[in-house]
Amino acid sequence: MAAVQGGMVDAKDETDIKKEPTSDGFGNNHANDARVLTASPGSSAAAGNNKPAAGAPEEQQTLLAVLQFLRKNKLSESAEILRREAGLPEEVLNPKGSDSTGSGQGGSTEVDGEDASSLLSRVTLPTPGGAKAPSKAGEDQPDVNVVLSAYSQQGDPTLYEVYYSGLKKFIESVLDCHRAELSQVFYPLFVHMYLELVYNNHESEAKAFFEKFSGDQECYYEEDLRILSSLTKKEHMRGNETLLDFRTSKFVLRISRDSYQLLKRHLQERQNNQIWNIIQEHLYIDIFDGMLRSKSQIDAMSGSLAGEAKREANKAKVYYGLLKEPEIELPLDDEDEEADNEEGKPKKKKPKKDSTGSKSKKQDPNAPSQTRIPLPELKDSDKLDKIMYLKESTKRVRLGPDNLPSICFYTFLNAYQGLTAVDMTDDSSLIAGGFADSTVRVWSVTPKKLRKVKTAADLNLIDKESDDVLERIMDDKTASESKCLHGHSGPVYGISFSPDRNYVLSSSEDGTVRLWSLLTFTCLVGYKGHNYPVWDTQFSPYGYYFVSGGHDRVARLWATDHHQPLRIFAGHLADVTCTRFHPNANYVATGSSDRTIRLWDVLTGNCVRIFTGHKGPIHALAFSPNGKFLASGATDGRVLLWDIGHGLMVGELKGHTDTIYSLRFSRDGEILASGSMDNTVRLWDAMKAFDDLETDDFTAATGHIHLQDNSQELLLGTYMTKSTPVIHLHFTRRNLLLAAGAYNP
Amino acid sequence: MAEERRQKQCSVSLPTESMKAMAESVGVGQLQEESCVALSEEVSYRIKEIAQDALKFMHHGKRRKLTTSDIDNALKLKNVEPLYGFQSQEFIPFRFASGGGRELHFYEEKEVDLGDIINTPLPRVPLDVSLKAHWLSIEGVQPSIPENPPPASKEQQKAESTEPLKVVKPGQEEKCPVQGKGQNTPTPDNKGKEKGLIRLKPRSTHELSVEQQLYYKEITEACVGSCEAKRAEALQSIATDPGLYQMLPRFSTFISEGVRVNVVQNNLALLIYLMRMVKALMDNPTLYLEKYLHELIPAVVTCIVSKQLCLRPDVDNHWALRDFAARLMAQSCKTFSTTTNNIQSRITKTLTKSLLDDKTQWTTRYGSIAGLAELGPDVIKTLILPRLAVEGARIKAVMEGPVVSNIDKIGAEHVQSLLLKHCASVIAKIRPQPDLVEQYRTDYGYLGTMLCSHVMKARTQAALQAQQVNRTTLTITQPRSTLSVSQSGLSGSSGPRTPSIIKVPSSLALMSPRPGTPSQPSPPATKYIVMGTSSGAASTQQVITLSSSQSASPVTSTVPSATSTLQPLVKLEPGSGPGLTASRPLQKYIVVSLPSSASSLETKTSVLPTSISSTPVDGVKMERSDSPAASTQSPH
Repeated sequence: MAAVQGGMVDAKDETDIKKEPTSDGFGNNHANDARVLTASPGSSAAAGNNKPAAGAPEEQQTLLAVLQFLRKNKLSESAEILRREAGLPEEVLNPKGSDSTGSGQGGSTEVDGEDASSLLSRVTLPTPGGAKAPSKAGEDQPDVNVVLSAYSQQGDPTLYEVYYSGLKKFIESVLDCHRAELSQVFYPLFVHMYLELVYNNHESEAKAFFEKFSGDQECYYEEDLRILSSLTKKEHMRGNETLLDFRTSKFVLRISRDSYQLLKRHLQERQNNQIWNIIQEHLYIDIFDGMLRSKSQIDAMSGSLAGEAKREANKAKVYYGLLKEPEIELPLDDEDEEADNEEGKPKKKKPKKDSTGSKSKKQDPNAPSQTRIPLPELKDSDKLDKIMYLKESTKRVRLGPDNLPSICFYTFLNAYQGLTAVDMTDDSSLIAGGFADSTVRVWSVTPKKLRKVKTAADLNLIDKESDDVLERIMDDKTASESKCLHGHSGPVYGISFSPDRNYVLSSSEDGTVRLWSLLTFTCLVGYKGHNYPVWDTQFSPYGYYFVSGGHDRVARLWATDHHQPLRIFAGHLADVTCTRFHPNANYVATGSSDRTIRLWDVLTGNCVRIFTGHKGPIHALAFSPNGKFLASGATDGRVLLWDIGHGLMVGELKGHTDTIYSLRFSRDGEILASGSMDNTVRLWDAMKAFDDLETDDFTAATGHIHLQDNSQELLLGTYMTKSTPVIHLHFTRRNLLLAAGAYNP
Repeated sequence: MAEERRQKQCSVSLPTESMKAMAESVGVGQLQEESCVALSEEVSYRIKEIAQDALKFMHHGKRRKLTTSDIDNALKLKNVEPLYGFQSQEFIPFRFASGGGRELHFYEEKEVDLGDIINTPLPRVPLDVSLKAHWLSIEGVQPSIPENPPPASKEQQKAESTEPLKVVKPGQEEKCPVQGKGQNTPTPDNKGKEKGLIRLKPRSTHELSVEQQLYYKEITEACVGSCEAKRAEALQSIATDPGLYQMLPRFSTFISEGVRVNVVQNNLALLIYLMRMVKALMDNPTLYLEKYLHELIPAVVTCIVSKQLCLRPDVDNHWALRDFAARLMAQSCKTFSTTTNNIQSRITKTLTKSLLDDKTQWTTRYGSIAGLAELGPDVIKTLILPRLAVEGARIKAVMEGPVVSNIDKIGAEHVQSLLLKHCASVIAKIRPQPDLVEQYRTDYGYLGTMLCSHVMKARTQAALQAQQVNRTTLTITQPRSTLSVSQSGLSGSSGPRTPSIIKVPSSLALMSPRPGTPSQPSPPATKYIVMGTSSGAASTQQVITLSSSQSASPVTSTVPSATSTLQPLVKLEPGSGPGLTASRPLQKYIVVSLPSSASSLETKTSVLPTSISSTPVDGVKMERSDSPAASTQSPH
């Protein structure tokens, strides 16, 4: 299992990852590579070469790129064969040859450019207006160039407004049922037209265009529009990540066949090639048959940076079931003392059957096979912990709308606005806080103090055969309620305890994830890989693995004993802001600033679900205990509920007025608690939210859901804190809700 | 509205002038206009880019406030060296200045004597992070303990008292008159009803928790007790604690009963204490007092106009109490008077009636005049000035007539000085310039002569002050009215007067008079200093003296009592300060711009003291936690 790394993640690649348009198809990447290799100084070449991208389907460009690559590597024979098979004219090949270093052969590159344009003329619609070769010199980001040069096609800049308002008029005049669907086209069109104008140096036109039409866009795109508005010069486009995202990923729209035909007919009648080209190149229109969607349905799903998820993206099978709990025979001799104390032998057996017995009897058809992901072996201490867990769960409070949990709030005092992350152990005995001053602090909230292991010299003196050796190795002199861990060089944004409570992980602005021992209170490993701030990290529910995600837009899966990641989950178009393991450890969910949530298969590294619908960066994720559902919270103050198996949004909980930083299901999944920057903890009736949902075949097939606006009914309670943003929530094993935050006077 | 905002977004960019200013600051003299435009566009774009990234760090830092470190981190992302030396816990106050046709925002760097820093004792080490647990909710009900926020916000309290129907969920409307009125009628039968009703319970709880009872006992005892320090603390707690809402009815009753009893017993001291409690309650921004005015206002009015407030009216200074209560009255008129309750007109009517009555005692007369006068110049003009002749005659009768009781004489004297004090400034405003004694005498009778001299004094004082202000703050395009207000504030500051009572616009009245809170700096005072700085010739030296000890400068020492009033006045100044020569502000400007090699040293020295001085403030804040509501911050 642990064998994916190797060459894939050497240092150079890692730095490249951020730059590369990750989600693009194979072809496009190759095109980029080819450009990198043959980076030519001649401006016309740059423009010409990329012509196909402007007008033609991408394969053509890919072909060209492959041809160039072959030639460059002196594989002329293969090149010739390929050329013949693709049916390209001979001259495509000929003039190359000398163009290997890419320095100073103006002539040859120019010819190349001509070839390309001749090719273009065969495969594309004639572009309106003269293709002006944009001048660029001294490129250091060729891939960006490729991306941008797609915009080099242009019409009369003054006509853009006419085109756009023409389309607007058309869409406004169509039947109501089509209007909502077709309106989706506005935003991506607007963005691309604006970018084209900017790219072609029509600054004032671009500005006028923006001012005229930006007000029409849906309010949830405001963030992006703000970024867009600041971008007024071609030079700015280079290196602007948002812009790259618009270009490299096709904006996905879901439109019914009828509406699409309507749009197509209109555009063809009007000979509106400008808009048609954009739709062809930059948009991916997912056409479906059947009922049209209403405005509210569309609004519920849109809002992400790259439009909605394609339907195919959510078709893969997800094994969301839980793993079978390992049978734990009650090790009676170990348990003797405790059993005597509580006279609980029969008692204990019963709950064990209740909780694990039912699960273990029949394998859940939706669960992955037990060995799909190699999991660490249970140690004796883990077994003890499991037993403790079972014992505690018998005392668990049954929650429900009539039986709300008590909330115990842990306030961090004197944190001076520096508290950035909090985690608690599963048994609620320890709390760790990450701070802006780069420290990690661990508190014990039970009377049991934190102790270090004795020094090596002292350890030598210990009788290793004694029964209480584990107790003896601890140094009582170091006992204290809290310990401070120093090591990071930037604010600590993510923190996570290992399930066995021996380690704590922290991720920081300095680009590292650190593993700390809670026995010695020292740093054991610094995992380097993310070169940019790491926003979040979390241990797998079975330990050993952990996941991290950061500003470099990828999430990484690590094993504690490997210094390199086992998997790199690439695909998000902006920062990965939060990461969560599925309870069965086979999947990882990541939330991102691109306003999507992705679910990744740990085994294959594939993205198996894309959830769109949030209108702001996602800051909180939580899986329901049965693994079937996912809850997500974002800066827009909404909690969305997702059915993982069907890949559907199943609920929307409105009420918070600020970023939601924490979500947690109660141990039995009846209650969802959310904590937010608006200083409230809210409790939601999760059972009802999931019960109400209607999953007939049609909705499942099309992904079109009707969300009732029943947030108020589902809201069970709102608890204000005293100017203390709630940044962490945790249900104890007995279903007491713990919350944490820093007092912020 | 969103559109407007968006359009703004589109066009915001740095003005070319700032490019020029920055260029000059690094020694580039003549910058082409075109380059300025290009530069400003580029710089604006980059700044926006960095701001966007910085925002990301703010979100992940779980803060609402963008800090300098966020910017640093954002710069690091872009592989740019962060700006060193701008670490600041609090926000950096940018000041505004203009002159020579230019407008600048600059960061005032204080020049600090290193010796001072070395010699001052080390500030307290800020407290370490600690963890404290409390119950936010117990089985769905939020306990009212100090760690939790007060159960009802002011708006909620208001909604509850004004629109009781809306508070309760639909379907329970039969109950709402009982419930919503908040008259503490316990509704024992609501327990087994619907869920929503149970959740409403905390709002109409009748019983105070044990802690609240203790608190109430402590506070009331301290307020009327003999220890002045304790009283100050208690009053401070009343004025600032957010969780008093549930105890408000008790306080209100306590005050009204207290006044009733003590007026009869002529216990002046206790009456004063009770009035101070009223003031503290009014100062508390979280309390919605409207519901209790029916108890508070009679108590206050009693203290204004009661015939006798003390055992020995000839010796005790009950006049001060009347003044104080009158001011309270005026404040509550300003804050609470609405078209429906008509507090102000009702009060005015009552006071006028007793003023017009011939048989009114001097004490009551004094009270009603004081009460009316505090309501503002307009009231003085319409209600008191016409009465001047009559009152004058009456005073004359006592002063010059046959010997009556000593008490009457004292009363007449006080009324006289009160009339003179309040009327002079008003007359000075409404009467044309030549102040002829004869004229006055015919107009105002017996008091005319004295009035005349007072008016003249008022005029000269006003002129003098205008001049003085002029001198210190450069040219002031200052409306006449503000000036006279500030002047009256000065002249009236003899007693234990809190300047904020009347002078502050009513909207601010609840918020501003909290001198003890460390989070409330006095920006106007510092503003003065800045102006002083920029105007003076030997400015650097002045900066040190002025900023280190405010009272040392003659400028500030004359003004402090009126500073809060002068805020609008101050705002006018910078716009018209021609004294800012081009060179001065430029030097200031360097600090804002990126630390060039030349200024980095300067910057560091200037930052040092701020960071040091900010820590003890925090420390103080932590310590000041004896009141239960603030004790969440205390690390016990």
